[in-house]
Amino acid sequence: MAILNTKVNTRSTEFTENQAAMQTQVDDLKCKIAEVSQGGGDKYRQRHVSQGKLLARDRINALLDKGSPFLELSQLAAYQVYDSPVPCAGVVAGIGMVSGQECMIVANDATVKGGSYFPLTVKKHIRAQTIAEENNLPCIYMVDSGGANLPNQDNVFPDREHFGRIFFNQANMSAQGIPQIAAVMGSCTAGGAYVPAMADESIIVKQQGTIFLAGPPLVKAATGEVVSAEELGGADTHCRTSGVADHYAQNDQHAISLIRQSVSRLNRVKPSQLDTQASREPLYDSQEIYGIVPKDKRQPFDVREIIARIVDASEFDEFKALYGTTLVCGFARLYGYPIGIVANNGIMFGESAEKGAHFIELCTQRKIPLIFLQNVTGFMVGKQYEAGGIAKHGAKMVNAVACAKVPKLTVLIGSSYGAGNYGMCGRSYDPRFLFMWPNARISVMGGEQAAGVLAQVKQAQYEREGKRWTDTEEADFKQPILDMYEHQGHPYYASARLWDDGVIDPADTRKVLGLSLSAALNKPIEETRFGVFRM
Amino acid sequence: MFDKILIANRGEIACRVIKTARKMGIRTVAVYSDADRHALHVEMADEAVHIGHAPSRESYLVIEKVIAAAKQTGAQAIHPGYGFLSENADFCRACQDNNLVFIGPPVGAIEAMGSKSAAKDIMGKADVPLVPGYHGANQDPELLRASSEQMGYPVLLKAAAGGGGKGMRQVWQAEDFDEALAAAKREAMNGFGDDTMLVEKYLTEPRHVEIQVFCDQHHNAVYLFERDCSLQRRHQKVIEEAPAPGMSDSLRQQMGEAAVRAAQAIDYQGAGTVEFLLDHDGRFYFMEMNTRLQVEHPVTEMITGQDLVEWQLRVAAGQTLPCRQEQLTIHGHAFEARVYAEDPDKDFLPVTGQLHLLRPPAGNDNVRVDTGVRQGDEVSVYYDPMIAKLIVWDEDRETALQRLRQSLRDYQIAGMKTNLPFLYKLASVDAFAHADLDTRFIERHEQEIFKPDEHDQTKHLLLATLFMLLKERPYHSGDAHSSVDKRSPWLETHDWRMNLVHCQHITLLIDDEPHHLKVQASTRDTLDGYRIQYDGQDYFVAGEQVEHELIAHIEGHRQTATVSLQDNKGMLFTQQGRLEFTLPEVDLGIEDASQSQGALAAPMNGTVVELAVKAGEKVSKDSLLLVMEAMKMEHSIRAPADGYVEEFYFTAGDLVDGGAQLMSFNTEAETAL
Repeated sequence: MAILNTKVNTRSTEFTENQAAMQTQVDDLKCKIAEVSQGGGDKYRQRHVSQGKLLARDRINALLDKGSPFLELSQLAAYQVYDSPVPCAGVVAGIGMVSGQECMIVANDATVKGGSYFPLTVKKHIRAQTIAEENNLPCIYMVDSGGANLPNQDNVFPDREHFGRIFFNQANMSAQGIPQIAAVMGSCTAGGAYVPAMADESIIVKQQGTIFLAGPPLVKAATGEVVSAEELGGADTHCRTSGVADHYAQNDQHAISLIRQSVSRLNRVKPSQLDTQASREPLYDSQEIYGIVPKDKRQPFDVREIIARIVDASEFDEFKALYGTTLVCGFARLYGYPIGIVANNGIMFGESAEKGAHFIELCTQRKIPLIFLQNVTGFMVGKQYEAGGIAKHGAKMVNAVACAKVPKLTVLIGSSYGAGNYGMCGRSYDPRFLFMWPNARISVMGGEQAAGVLAQVKQAQYEREGKRWTDTEEADFKQPILDMYEHQGHPYYASARLWDDGVIDPADTRKVLGLSLSAALNKPIEETRFGVFRM
Repeated sequence: MFDKILIANRGEIACRVIKTARKMGIRTVAVYSDADRHALHVEMADEAVHIGHAPSRESYLVIEKVIAAAKQTGAQAIHPGYGFLSENADFCRACQDNNLVFIGPPVGAIEAMGSKSAAKDIMGKADVPLVPGYHGANQDPELLRASSEQMGYPVLLKAAAGGGGKGMRQVWQAEDFDEALAAAKREAMNGFGDDTMLVEKYLTEPRHVEIQVFCDQHHNAVYLFERDCSLQRRHQKVIEEAPAPGMSDSLRQQMGEAAVRAAQAIDYQGAGTVEFLLDHDGRFYFMEMNTRLQVEHPVTEMITGQDLVEWQLRVAAGQTLPCRQEQLTIHGHAFEARVYAEDPDKDFLPVTGQLHLLRPPAGNDNVRVDTGVRQGDEVSVYYDPMIAKLIVWDEDRETALQRLRQSLRDYQIAGMKTNLPFLYKLASVDAFAHADLDTRFIERHEQEIFKPDEHDQTKHLLLATLFMLLKERPYHSGDAHSSVDKRSPWLETHDWRMNLVHCQHITLLIDDEPHHLKVQASTRDTLDGYRIQYDGQDYFVAGEQVEHELIAHIEGHRQTATVSLQDNKGMLFTQQGRLEFTLPEVDLGIEDASQSQGALAAPMNGTVVELAVKAGEKVSKDSLLLVMEAMKMEHSIRAPADGYVEEFYFTAGDLVDGGAQLMSFNTEAETAL
């Protein structure tokens, strides 16, 4: 394979300034994550621990195979969304290796509002299940939750993608042979009771886990019956009498060891479907990405410099290198797995889109996973381009992306605006995973463009009314729009609403993509059938 | 010379004899019990014959089976080794009766020395100096007690038929006499089938110096100088050396000639050892004569350059002694340390187990390791727990001792407790270097020998932690699952967390003391490793681990270690020392059944010798309930409190496994009957 030679000068002023700017953004990200990873704060954490319970993250650490990583997802879920903080949306979710199997782990954090389900908790839980289903990953639920957040019931309960979907997913995943394992390590009330009940195997911790459709207060209100929580739905009741739970755990650690045993009994073999090689580190330090991405978002950068810091040995065989050059396509390896890369290197033209569609078709035919590196302000506009059929060329690429059944992984490394987002496998195109860099922005178009379009409309209105619009007035008009786009296009805003699966440190891109791809390969790669291409 | 000999023994001595026989072109036949089916001596011999069950009474001690094995294989002679049948006159006679040469002294010599009291009479007549004592046939306990009082305490009770510390007791005061006598008699009866006792004045600070003698069938006799075996605990030799430090030529000659006189007085043939107590004043007293090859014979071989087993074979074949007295000289100095599976911190309680790791120091002209076990072998409950003998030689005592210390340090054994750390510290005692020796040396320097290690514990802890971290990398553990994608980055990105730093808290127990270490995956100068925080300090540690080997970089200092980890017990060896550590078990909330009240468990595998009380009989705290024998030593199980035994689960003669509940004990005051 051809080696990508870097042209980056790490001693230039430009590089060091870029580096400092990215470092600031990464530091801010890590600082925020460190904060939300503390869950409900010291007071609730101490209370939780004093009950003999492990914290959600400690439960996960104990569950994972020793020394193995944890690909945590949607860390910023619910960040600055509700009136009071709901760190991580009150649930920790991610993929980890348990007894040698890549598993989806969902652990309620009872230190956050008692682990109750806010609308975004539901969304995060369902997203985790979707990932599990799409990638054929066993699900492990470590339940410690009071159920739906009652004040938010209208946004939690009734709709298609609300609370009920969790159990729908459990049933359908189980039907597909995707193991569903639940450990009840705290409350598991009302709807939540179906998590262990719908599980293939369930574990409950004595004098700690409870499962019931209605808790003691509701029972008393409904029938006048007075009963303790333990009596009503404790481990003894469910393991000896009701049969709702299968395994009786003495404590958290015991429950975790029972989960591990359960996973080791699954008799699952990860399919081997790619021609793999030994992994080789890139030739260049991934940390250098910081200095490559311009601090000014409008400045272009050569995406090959990024690819060179992600793929094995910085080797990249470019496809159609001389044609449609604003889209870089090519073959590489990631941790030894063959991959196809589709990366923006400027605005999309008709040729770029056609090239993209061709390359995607090539990869689906060879069953090579696709990685999209998005940095796209959109498709080229203008008479010439419309006449050239840029819409149909764009449509070809969108069609190819939409139908491609190979694992698709998307990283937003810069702008993600408009139809560029579609063609480059945005959220709507079901990439198995989608991550954002802290410098990325996502919106229907760039803030400048949006403000410009709206200003023109406004100006036209002024002109019809015969009024004059001063430059100051225009600037005053545009600023709130720019601000709004900056705010809503920010990765934190996006991640808080589950538009992605997480904001990542650019230096971790190789790791994150590698782990994600490995997880995605648990699902046999299907044959792709494309829709009608408009020629 | 013989074409083929049978070795009626096992372990290191069987291997030792086979080596010399092979060198001399003699074929060898081994015998083995059920427990030794795959033992080293069986593998080394040209042929091997199964002679019964694991307990030696049903195999190695059964004369008929050994004789039958020799007849069956056409062996012309039998080497008895030491222990087992080596000093058994009946066996010697059985050999004669079956036209087999017994490689050892004639029956008469064994019988003469077999009874210690008779031996003393003979020695007295042959002008060999004796320790005051009672050696009579009258075994009335009152008479024995009276004679003890007459010569004054302390006295030593010894089985007349005994040897090797069995059936032997020191008695320091009149009150202890009865219990000691009973115990000594019991051990003597078990060990030798004869509980006749003799009583001797106990010299408090004597040295144990013994002379190696050799006689042929042609009335030639020589002495191969002395061995100092003063370093003993409970009358078991621990470290032996030759020559004895501070020995003058004239004393050597006096003692050597006395020893030869002793041998000639009983028409001795073959290898024998005359043991003397050497007092401060240079006076020496005959203790006993061992009519066999001694465990510690290698030190004599090292300083004389002779092969004593070869001598034995030549003498038994009727040849004359290979050397005359004047041809024998002492060259250099040699030590032997006996490596045992035992726990020095628990009164040298023998232990059993599997030798998960066995790495003796490299053998060469200066270092010799005589052993009968390989890595992976069991040290079983049935036989002596000796793992090996480490023998070192050098030009002088000082260098030889340094070599001994280094070799002990290099000796790596894991899987069970051994006395290696104890031996190392013993060999490091200043008084030992100054040769300030007597048989109570170990007791006198107890504090120095049993003081905690002073090596760099922090470094060892870091190494042990690194080993754990590397060993537990998923790449290793994942091998167990066929489902694992071996190329997956999940096996490479150690401990990585999305946007967070993962801290692991690792606890290692050392002597039950918890040590907490905080670990973080880290990279320094492109070297992937860990940042380990311990005791307020930060260390960058990286390395590689393959099987037991660890190559580590601690803050840039490269070093190697060997680690054995079995279940949650680990043993780490470095050039500076060793660290035994335990990984605390995760609390799964499951109660440990062995800790339940009212049960008393066997401390190790062994045989129940005696139930000291009846079930239901009221006993007070610390009174004797049951006597167990294991590794040829008796162990007492005592009442944990006032109360009574509800039920014994075993009776005398039963074999019990370590940890088995022996009885249920009720601590309530009133008795059941």
